Amino acid sequence: MTLRVLYFAWVRERIGIPDEEIETTAATVRAFLGELAEREERYHRVFANPEALRVAVDQRLCDLDSPLADASEIAIFPPMTGG
Amino acid sequence: MEIRITSDPIDPAAELAALSGVHKAAGAVVSFCGQVRSDESAPITTLEIEHYPGMTETAIAAIVAEAEARWDLLAGRVIHRHGQLSPGETIVFVATVAAHRHAALHAADFIMDYLKTRAPFWKKEHGPEGGHWVGSRTEDEAAARRWSDDS
Repeated sequence: MTLRVLYFAWVRERIGIPDEEIETTAATVRAFLGELAEREERYHRVFANPEALRVAVDQRLCDLDSPLADASEIAIFPPMTGG
Repeated sequence: MEIRITSDPIDPAAELAALSGVHKAAGAVVSFCGQVRSDESAPITTLEIEHYPGMTETAIAAIVAEAEARWDLLAGRVIHRHGQLSPGETIVFVATVAAHRHAALHAADFIMDYLKTRAPFWKKEHGPEGGHWVGSRTEDEAAARRWSDDS
């Protein structure tokens, strides 16, 4: 499937782009982040420690072990600091 | 409850005035303003707030719906800035209107705790030393968790 991938805050700055489309067969969020970590060095530095990141699938916060089935958009970002 | 995500300055007095005296059953109006802080030890010139358009609105609506399910609220308002802010400017305005004060006070507190940890906003502080992303605070996570621990 093709996922629209969005990056925010320092994740966006370190990857160097706000969004991109990525083809994947990953079954879970964790597996997808593992695939990203194996891309270029700058991806490895961001995604090697997924516990430090937060993820929303189709705009809903989810766990690393959430399934990716039927997802169209995934956003990856640091813990939120609103308010 | 009205929700706005805006890059325009917030006028807390005008927002509060719009809610006061409107509901005859209202005995309590509570408001909270979060402001850009610049500590003397680490002064900042600008606070940049990034958000996730689309998800931000959905996430705040879910927080408000949860507050409305827990407390009897007559009205309210949640306004959050994004973009570039200066020290002293209002980042967030939360107001709740209820028949009695406890509902209004608790609901405003709850909404703020959840905005800090469940709504997709990120702060970057810019100062004389450059810019850095603000890390999440464990106290904020703990404050949000207490609402599920005691229910």
